[in-house]
Amino acid sequence: MRRQALGITSLIAAAALVLTACSPAAPEAETKTLKVVYQKTDSFTALDTLFQAAKQEFEAANQGVTVALEPIQANDDDYGTKLALALRSPSTAPDIFYEDTFKVRSDVDAGYLLKLDSHLEGWKDWDTFDAGAKAAGLGDDGGTYAVPLGTDTRAIWYNKKVLAAAGVSVPWEPRTWQDILDTARKIKASDASVVPFNMYAGKASGEGTVMQSFYELLYGTESELYDADAKKWVVGAPGFTDSLAFLKTLYDEKLAVSPAEALDANVWKKVFGEWLPQGKMGATVEGSYSPSFWQKGGSYEWAEYGQDMGVTAFPTQNGQAPGGVSMSGGWTLAVGAETKNPDLAFEFLATALNQKNSLAFNIASSQIAVREDVAADAGYQAANPFVKDVSELVAVTHYRPATADYPRISAAVQEATEAVITGAKSPEQAAADYDTAVKGIVGEAKTVAR
Amino acid sequence: MAVSLGRDRSGHRRRRPGLRRQARLLPVLPAVVLLLVFLAGPVLWAFHASFTNAALTGRNARSPGWIGLDNYARLLSDPVLPLSLGLTVLFVGGSAILGQNLLGLTLAVLMRRARRTVAAAVGTAVVAAWVLPEIVAAFAAYAYFSRDGTLNQMLGGLGIGQTDWLYSFPMVAILLANIWRGTAFSMLVYRAALNDIPGEVTEAALMDGAGGWQRLAFITIPMIRGSIATNLMLITLQTLAVFTLIWVMTAGGPANASTTLPVLAYLEAFKFGDIGYGTAVASVLILIGVVFGAAYVRLLREGKP
Repeated sequence: MRRQALGITSLIAAAALVLTACSPAAPEAETKTLKVVYQKTDSFTALDTLFQAAKQEFEAANQGVTVALEPIQANDDDYGTKLALALRSPSTAPDIFYEDTFKVRSDVDAGYLLKLDSHLEGWKDWDTFDAGAKAAGLGDDGGTYAVPLGTDTRAIWYNKKVLAAAGVSVPWEPRTWQDILDTARKIKASDASVVPFNMYAGKASGEGTVMQSFYELLYGTESELYDADAKKWVVGAPGFTDSLAFLKTLYDEKLAVSPAEALDANVWKKVFGEWLPQGKMGATVEGSYSPSFWQKGGSYEWAEYGQDMGVTAFPTQNGQAPGGVSMSGGWTLAVGAETKNPDLAFEFLATALNQKNSLAFNIASSQIAVREDVAADAGYQAANPFVKDVSELVAVTHYRPATADYPRISAAVQEATEAVITGAKSPEQAAADYDTAVKGIVGEAKTVAR
Repeated sequence: MAVSLGRDRSGHRRRRPGLRRQARLLPVLPAVVLLLVFLAGPVLWAFHASFTNAALTGRNARSPGWIGLDNYARLLSDPVLPLSLGLTVLFVGGSAILGQNLLGLTLAVLMRRARRTVAAAVGTAVVAAWVLPEIVAAFAAYAYFSRDGTLNQMLGGLGIGQTDWLYSFPMVAILLANIWRGTAFSMLVYRAALNDIPGEVTEAALMDGAGGWQRLAFITIPMIRGSIATNLMLITLQTLAVFTLIWVMTAGGPANASTTLPVLAYLEAFKFGDIGYGTAVASVLILIGVVFGAAYVRLLREGKP
């Protein structure tokens, strides 16, 4: 009896399982839903604030439309991965999402992004966007696929107190790499417990290693990473070896953090949260967004940062023109190619990026504005003491080659820096291994020797 | 023994074979279907993807093409592969087959002799590490071994210099962390197995004058051979697949010094977006698991009289 009952129960259970699996999805609700995917971390909530505001504004103006905000809590690398996985299938792809500028081209290639040209034509705000920033949203076919939220630059951030204590006159304006080493050695000699000059290295810091360290070096030499005209990757570059050698000097002479600290993915938190505010670090290369961590409401509030910190351009190798180097990235908003409501999705994007929302976001996350009406706003200019300095660096800035091969090349560069600072390879050897790696990634035909 | 015989006798009722027997398989069907869809499915998909250039982004994401054995050819010439294979063998051999297995057996044997309270205290401490979710255990291990971590503070208290464990000895730290986390499983398996050894056998050996080590080698181990094989199979396969622990502690670094195969597969598939190549690495991992599994299954069969 009992066994029979058991059998019947499992039969029913099995049937129920099969039936639920086969039953069609619930009919679409009458209200339309827009799914918005973006990044949110405990130290980066500005974007969440932006979308919350845009959601309210948009839902009030469009009855019957629900905006579903789906923040992803992850660092840049993991966010990119999760987003790409979601985009792979139309059933999980978001309608609007936060997209890194250097991924735009490869994601357009993958067919993930909707071409926005026809929508942009009817959007009068589009004219207020900076022409250089607009280029970040271009696909290989010349169409625009993404709208920039803001951009950034990179510079040397130094603690005036630490430099002054070591007898360095401030404002500090290094003209060559040698100036950096001289000053760093001076700081080291005056107080051995201070980290004189930090530059990221190794794979743990990911894009931070290249954007906030290696490329400032490389683009200040006569060499470059990628020949954009020929569409070829540069190998055998003497500037590449020189840049690695500079990092080696910094780490070997203990002018930067220890290699073990550099290979901890959380090292940047210590730079912003502990070493600079506590006067334990002389200088570091970091982005224009640095004040967002220190200002009121940031994750490492530091009331005196405006007086204590100074900012200066990263110098070129021997002081050659244009006298400074910076790297720019930045993020955009894009519309999913498979969205069911392209018009509504674009309308939401336009709401999120209107003057009011852009202004609030650019201030909260210390981004460099890409809308002229935001850049001209008094509130934006007074947002932090460094807005003017870091905005001027746009004149000497560089962008990463945004090809589909780039992430792998970037990883090869990071690997080279890691091998050099850990002492596993000499700069020459690491550079040669990088060349081999690049040829393996893109094929010998797409490289050019310099 | 007696119990299992009784079950045998009632299980062999052959009054109405055929239809009824097949009907009896019906309740198993959902489980089989689930296994096929959610276990065999992904494995087959992985094998299939490893022959393509499927990618996370770029042109190949839209229309992945069949590239035959290219991924495997590339894998064989990849300098990271021998290193990664070696590290995986070291990790499985060191932390599972030697570490968890032997420590678990030792604890189980000792606990039979220990006082009840001591045994309970040790058991709870060991099982606590196992109860933690993997991500929590991984962070605990990271906090323990990191530069400002508990281990260095204790060593500092003893006046021994600080070592960057995760940087200088990443594999040692990971091996110890995995032993810490996984020993409980082996211990529980062996405790259950030891309890099944009839008292009279041990007594008889004692009467014949067998010492402690002799009893362990000639009575205990042969009698729990089946459990040893089962345990080895389970912990080997579990350890082969360990990812979170390593990823949180070292992320495969420094300079690939702790990149085991699962970490390598993740890096290739998700960090570099090369899903085809990543699944090729994963396929190699599956094959290694199959080889280990087959070896243990043989061992199990031979173990049975």
